[in-house]
Amino acid sequence: MLFDLLGVPPQALFAQLLLGLINGSFYALLSLGLALIFGMLNIINFAHGALYMMGAFVAWMMLHYLGIPFWPALILSPIIVAAFGMVLERTMLARLYHLDHLYGLLLTFGLALLIEGLFRQLYGVSGRVYPTPDILRGGQNLGFMFLPNYRAFVVVAALVVCFGVWYFIERTRIGSYLRAGTENPELLQAFGVNVPRMITLTYGLGVALAAFTGVLAAPIYQVHPLMGFHIIIIVFAVVVVGGLGSMLGAIVTGLMLGVVEGFTRLFYPEASATVIFIIMAIVLLLRPQGLFGRR
Amino acid sequence: MPPEAAATAEAPAKASSTAIEVSDLEAFYGESHVLHGMSFAMEPGEVVTLLGRNGAGKSTALKALMGITPPQRRGSVKLLGEETIHLPSHRIAQMGLGYVPEERGIYASLTAEENLMLPPKVQEGGLSVEEIYKLFPNLRERAQSQGTKLSGGEQQMLAIGRILRTGAHTLLMDEPTEGLAPVIVQQIGNVIRQLKTQGYTILLVEQNFHFASTVADRHYIVEDGRVVDLIPNDQLDANMEKLKDYLAV
Repeated sequence: MLFDLLGVPPQALFAQLLLGLINGSFYALLSLGLALIFGMLNIINFAHGALYMMGAFVAWMMLHYLGIPFWPALILSPIIVAAFGMVLERTMLARLYHLDHLYGLLLTFGLALLIEGLFRQLYGVSGRVYPTPDILRGGQNLGFMFLPNYRAFVVVAALVVCFGVWYFIERTRIGSYLRAGTENPELLQAFGVNVPRMITLTYGLGVALAAFTGVLAAPIYQVHPLMGFHIIIIVFAVVVVGGLGSMLGAIVTGLMLGVVEGFTRLFYPEASATVIFIIMAIVLLLRPQGLFGRR
Repeated sequence: MPPEAAATAEAPAKASSTAIEVSDLEAFYGESHVLHGMSFAMEPGEVVTLLGRNGAGKSTALKALMGITPPQRRGSVKLLGEETIHLPSHRIAQMGLGYVPEERGIYASLTAEENLMLPPKVQEGGLSVEEIYKLFPNLRERAQSQGTKLSGGEQQMLAIGRILRTGAHTLLMDEPTEGLAPVIVQQIGNVIRQLKTQGYTILLVEQNFHFASTVADRHYIVEDGRVVDLIPNDQLDANMEKLKDYLAV
C-alpha cells in the first residue's frame, strides 16, 4: 500500500489534508481580498489581518453581548467591518494613491498595529471561545477518517465565495469595470465611471472578504486579538508566490500552499512553519512575477 | 487681439450654443508647464483639428478638456456654455463628451466585446451594438478576442465604436490614424465624415494634415501650448507655405 510506503497511517494523512485545505481556504480568501485591493488601490493592505481579526471579534461580540448567532453574524460582521474599512479608505488611504506603494504599506501597517493594540487592550491576549453553530456540530465517519461537519462547511463555503468573487470579476459587467479600473483607471473615469467611488467599494469588498474569513475561523481557532497578525505574514507569502494582481492565482495558490503546509507537518514537522517561505524564496528566484503573474 | 480671439469672435453671439469654448487653459504635469493659455472654440456639428508639432501640447489639450488628471489644469473649458474646469472627468464624460485616446486605450484584460460595452451610456441616442458592427464589420468577428490581440486598425475602430455606443455627441479623438495602413485611414475618414453628417461635433488631434484636410472644417495650429493660428479648410492651399512652416521639424 502507498500509505505503508510513506510510513504514515492514512488517518493522519487525511487529517492533515483536511487541515491543509482549511488553512488553504483561509489563505485563499484573504489573498483574494489582498489581490483585489492591490489591483484597484495600488496599496498593499497590511491591515488585512487586523480586519480579519475584527471580523471574528465582531461576530463574537454579537453573540456575547447581543445574542446574535453565527449565521446572521456571518453576513452582518463582514458588512460592519467593511463599512469601517470604507471609512478608513475615504479618510486616509485615498490620500496616498498617487504616492509609492511603500506609503500605503506603512499606513496600513500602522493601522493594523493600532487596531490590534486596541483589541488587546480591551480583551487581553487570552483567546475567546466561539462555539460551533449547532447545526454543524458532530461529523461524518468516512471510514478512512472522521470529517467534522463544520470543517467541511468551511472548505465548501470558502470555495463557493472564492468562485463567486472570481465569476463576478471575470464574467460580469461590473467586473469588467473592475478589470478596466485595475488596468487604466484614468481612461475608465474619462468614460464616465465614478472611479473614486468604485475604489471605495472595492476596498469594502476586500475587507468584507477578510471579515468573512474571520467569522469562519472563529469556531476553529480561538478569537484572539493577534490571530490576524499570525496569519497575514503567511498570506503575504501566498500572494508573492501566486503573483499580485491575479485573482485565480490567489485562490489556487492559497489552497495549494495550505495543503503543502499540511503535508509538511506530516512528513517533516520541523519545516512546517517555514515551508511556505522556502517556496516563496524559490519562486522569487525563478519566477519573480509569481506563478500566475502576468508581467 | 490674438488670432484665436478673432476666431471666437466670429462665432454666433449665443454663448450657450458653442459646443466647446476653451479660454486661457493652462495645464501642468508636476513642475512642467505644458499649456500656456490655450484658447479656441467649436460650434456644434463642426469637425476641427488641432495641428502642430510633436510636444506642442495637442494631446495634453484633449486630456485637459476631458478632465483627466494629470495634468493639473487651470483656466476655463465650457461645454455648451457650462463650466467644467473644476469637475472630475467622469462628470465631464456624463455631459456628453466622448474620448478616443492616444494609442487607442484598448484594455488587455477585456475582450473586444467587453471593451465595446465598457463605457456606460451617458445620453440617449447612441449607436446600438448592431449599428457599430455594421460600421466596423471586422469587430463582430473579433468580439471574443482579447482586446489587445486585435490589429492596430481594429483597435482603432473599437476605440471609436465604443464611444459611439454611449450617446456622447462631442468627440475628442487623439491621432486616430497614427500608424495605420492607408486603406484603414481611409475607412476611418469615411466614418468621421459620416458622423459629421449626423451632427456629431469632433475635435481631432492630427499629425497627418493631409488626412485632416479630408475631414475637417477648420484647423487650429498649436505651438508651445497655445493656439497660434486658425486656417479654414477651404483656405488650406493658399496657406500651404505658412502651414509647412508651422509643422516643419
